[in-house]
Amino acid sequence: MEFVSPEGLRLDGRRPTEMRQLRAAIGAVSKADGSAVFEMGNTKVIAAVYGPREVENKAELINDQALVRCEYTMANFSTGDRVRKPKGDRRSTEISLVIRQTMEACIMTHLMPRSQIDIFVQVLQADGGTRSACINAATLALADAGIPMRDLVTSCSAGYLNSTPLLDLNYVEDSAGGPDVTVGFLPKLDKVTLLQMDSKLSMDIFQSVMQLAIEGCKAIANYIREVLHENTKQLEYRRGV
Amino acid sequence: MLQNKSYVRKTRAGKIEKVVKEHYLRDDIYCGAPACTVCDTSAARLSPNASTILVLDTNVVLNQIDLIENPAIDNVVVLSVVLDELRNKNLSVYNRLRALCSSPVRKFFVFSNEHHRDTYVKAMVGESPNDRNDRAIRVATQWYQRHLGSAVRILLITNDRENKRKAVEEGIFAETVESYVKSLGQPQLLDLVVQPASEDVVMDDVEDLRPSKKKIIYSEHKPMSEITAGLHRGIYHQGKLRVNRYNSFEAYVGSESIGDEIIIYGRTNMNRAFDGDIVAVELLPQDQWHVEKALSIAAEVGNYLRAEDEDEDVHLVPNSSDDAPRNASVQGPNADASLNSARPSGRVVGIIKRNWHSYCGSLEPMPLPAGIGGIAHALFVSKDRRIPKIRIQTRQLGNLLDKRIIVAVDSWDRLSRYPSGHYVRTIGEIGDRNTESEVVLIENDINCRLFSAQVLACLPPLPWSVSSEHLSDPNREDLRHVRVFSVDPPDIADVTNFVHPGTPLDDEASQRGTSVYLVERRIDMLPKPLTEDICSLRSDVERLAFSVIWEMTPEADIISTRFTKSVIKSCAALSYVEAQARMDDSRLVDPLTTDLRNMNALAKKMRQRRIDRGALTLASAEVKFQIDTETHDPLDIGMYQIREANQMVEEFMLAANVSVAEKILKHFPFCSLLRRHPTPTREMLEPLLRTAAAVGLDLDISSSKALADSLDRAVAVYFCSGDLSPPEYLHYGLAAPLYTHFTSPIRRYADVIVHRLLAASLEISKLPTVFQDRPQLTSIADSKDVLHNDLLHVTKFWDIMPVYLNYRHRNAQMASRASVELHTIIYFRKHPTDTEARIVKIRSNGFIVFVPKYGIEGPVYLTAKGDNGGGEWVVDEQHQQVKKADGSVSYNVLQMVRIHLEVVEPQPNRPKLQLTLI
Ligand SMILES: [Zn+2]
Repeated sequence: MEFVSPEGLRLDGRRPTEMRQLRAAIGAVSKADGSAVFEMGNTKVIAAVYGPREVENKAELINDQALVRCEYTMANFSTGDRVRKPKGDRRSTEISLVIRQTMEACIMTHLMPRSQIDIFVQVLQADGGTRSACINAATLALADAGIPMRDLVTSCSAGYLNSTPLLDLNYVEDSAGGPDVTVGFLPKLDKVTLLQMDSKLSMDIFQSVMQLAIEGCKAIANYIREVLHENTKQLEYRRGV
Repeated sequence: MLQNKSYVRKTRAGKIEKVVKEHYLRDDIYCGAPACTVCDTSAARLSPNASTILVLDTNVVLNQIDLIENPAIDNVVVLSVVLDELRNKNLSVYNRLRALCSSPVRKFFVFSNEHHRDTYVKAMVGESPNDRNDRAIRVATQWYQRHLGSAVRILLITNDRENKRKAVEEGIFAETVESYVKSLGQPQLLDLVVQPASEDVVMDDVEDLRPSKKKIIYSEHKPMSEITAGLHRGIYHQGKLRVNRYNSFEAYVGSESIGDEIIIYGRTNMNRAFDGDIVAVELLPQDQWHVEKALSIAAEVGNYLRAEDEDEDVHLVPNSSDDAPRNASVQGPNADASLNSARPSGRVVGIIKRNWHSYCGSLEPMPLPAGIGGIAHALFVSKDRRIPKIRIQTRQLGNLLDKRIIVAVDSWDRLSRYPSGHYVRTIGEIGDRNTESEVVLIENDINCRLFSAQVLACLPPLPWSVSSEHLSDPNREDLRHVRVFSVDPPDIADVTNFVHPGTPLDDEASQRGTSVYLVERRIDMLPKPLTEDICSLRSDVERLAFSVIWEMTPEADIISTRFTKSVIKSCAALSYVEAQARMDDSRLVDPLTTDLRNMNALAKKMRQRRIDRGALTLASAEVKFQIDTETHDPLDIGMYQIREANQMVEEFMLAANVSVAEKILKHFPFCSLLRRHPTPTREMLEPLLRTAAAVGLDLDISSSKALADSLDRAVAVYFCSGDLSPPEYLHYGLAAPLYTHFTSPIRRYADVIVHRLLAASLEISKLPTVFQDRPQLTSIADSKDVLHNDLLHVTKFWDIMPVYLNYRHRNAQMASRASVELHTIIYFRKHPTDTEARIVKIRSNGFIVFVPKYGIEGPVYLTAKGDNGGGEWVVDEQHQQVKKADGSVSYNVLQMVRIHLEVVEPQPNRPKLQLTLI
């Protein structure tokens, strides 16, 4: 299968190092303390954050830091087949864990001891890169909730098909079975906090693919910062400052 | 700019699903005209002073690709919408167009109209995909005209009447293929234009000269929906049609659904199917099944002595017609018991996938039409006898009658006895040795182009020598002090030190796959500086090698094995004859000769052990020619002599291959390139065992040529270790559980791959990344599809490479055989000969003999042609004997007879060797 034409275009018309169109909106769930919708192309994810609040199950209470919990689900309508999506299966448990660990590493949990923060993310529409979109949505929602963070953690994936590193794979590219590297990145600290890959790649190619994913993370971080900026301006305006 | 394309599709499970895909539109797609002032012209390909730029619609490319490949058609804009459609409709045409687009000598520019913001069109409500695509083509054509201004004429070439009408209405220049080609003023180009099939279009101006005019000859092909339903219900059977090489009126379809081969007799039942087509077959009622002739019980169907006009050929042995029908199961256990058992016979009801391509051959002799330059209807006869005659139209008949030409098939309607096609190009004069050699190459798809400048640029500068860098390389052992010598073959030079993955040199080598040996020339896989200098391990010259070093006991048991890249200085490069002479000369006691004798002693023990394990030493029937250095004509012909020295070298090469196979498999259990030889089934050996039993002979199986024949059916193949389980790795012929090819990297690409695997397993270099691409999905890689695949862009290396190498390997062997056969004919045409021959098979009207002196096998008829025995001759099945009814004369299997060999030409332009009893 030809995923990159000799003219250098991918199936959807992007060039290898181009990301899909990003869209984001803050505050979709008014009941939550913070929420956001994040779109990467046709992948659409909603995140809601509750907390910091009192720990529900006292057995889980941590004395010197906040407890971070995360629940990842996929809406039944998120893929074309409209099949009921299982909850608590291996895949969603794993993704929940990945998101929780990534966000926990970024939240300044020591400032909120004996409290609990709940992050809910749901995939509304899936077209590849859902993991990354979830992390990006969660970051926005946490920022919206005013939870103190070390940095804005962002995520992006990159793959390797037709001997070409490709940024931000969509579903068709993802299904090709090639390597898919997902990176979580703290842009200000210049640190990788998440790195996942299911297949094998030689070291030098892996490095170029990972570097591409990091560039993607940086671009997303710029975008998220802009969105937050715009959101703050709106708030200021509404409060008449 | 973003567009969402959404469409509804049916999933594999049969559900209906709405698919939404993003579709990005861009403003950085350029027009490809070098003079354009708006666009980035760095990738421009069109000619700067073109007065006309062509835009082709999909059907034009699909139907007229031979014409488009002609250099007269140039300055073409290829739209991505056309490429997309083409890829879905015909991958081979797609690849040919892609090759034009990347060819440096052609001016074909790909314009990604589907992602250009100004040329993308959205399907309108109620508009069919075809209409939408036609509109997209017109919009792009119009954009070009506006973009480049009136100095250039943008011409849309389309044969679709509706599309052309709309184009003209919209102010676009548009022409049909024919009118455009006519306007070029080169009449012979018109031969290349494919005429539309008569079913689609009224052929008012084409005179039909066929006697069978208007008569329906073939039954209709069932529509695809009916075929699918029929396959589901089990009334039709799907399979690849294979035409008998010796009798083109007989074909076989291997069917999984009935677990046997279905025989298709006659052109009517074959119903316009070609060899290699995927067809749907319906079984005939059982009373119409072909009843096996009792007298031909042990015969392969392909070897009937036929009294029809297409009969058996004299050919070389061993007969490697590996595509001969696998009719083993029919000849199997039940064959003896039920002489009247019928074989399932059927007829073709539909064609699922065509295997049409172009063919080499010549025109059937015919009188020239009156008037000069008139259109003649001629019949083309392919050299490949499995292909039916093809009708073509030509305006240059006088020119073509004595030529070998290439013709492509276009269509075959129910009214025509023969398919229609068109002339593609001329190879040369019939009977000319160069022409016929080229035919051999073309028929076997062998690339004999000179190496391109880009490929040659990858070679190290000459004169090349071992440098201090090589000597100081920690991964390279200095073995110059060791007494190293070579016997004949090019030896295991360190080829991968010069051929790096991903370079043009490597791509070229991988596409060639192997060197090809013809009688009078060799077509190298790698350029001469490598094969004859840098990688040639000459005496007294320092060279880089990849060495396998064993420590062995005097009993030839391996104590240790070591692999290393090395620098060697050979003290002698011996030929087999020289090596043998040294060993035989008892006066010589120099170290080199002593080494030779020691190694020979070891080799004999290794060989014996291999034979004890059940390895087969097959009688080789390699033919050798003495060629006139001036005329390149064969002066003499004979069998190649195998010496002990040959066997010695062979033994150590086998051992090296086995050691390397073990090493790479240990490191890369899922991605090693190995070679296996499947165990022959009992059915394959059945004919041999039967013959042996009949004659009451205890046959020496190890030297039996018939066994070699049987074994040849199960050919050795390359495969990827991850695709099979270890018991299947077995190389039966060599009795080796593991085997690979390591010893000839100069002439086989498989060995290049294995060298890279070995180097990676020794951590000398990294495993090339393509080797690691191993997605779970396994494709049904068909060699035909693989063939046109650009290996550069292949992601599934392991799915494709072994299949591809097997294809190349087989073709190279077929070409060598065809070349030997060609020269055999040239030789015997000048030198008719009487010689000894041995009867190997008995037939109802004669027998098959083997001529040991020339390695030839062929039929000898006892009765005149057209007379199928007539009761005069009787076959004694049990004693494998054919005798006169009155018992006066008889011939037994394995009996020696004297025969006369000469070349005859019963059909024009098809000379063949004829064997007659003296
Ligand atoms: Zn332009």
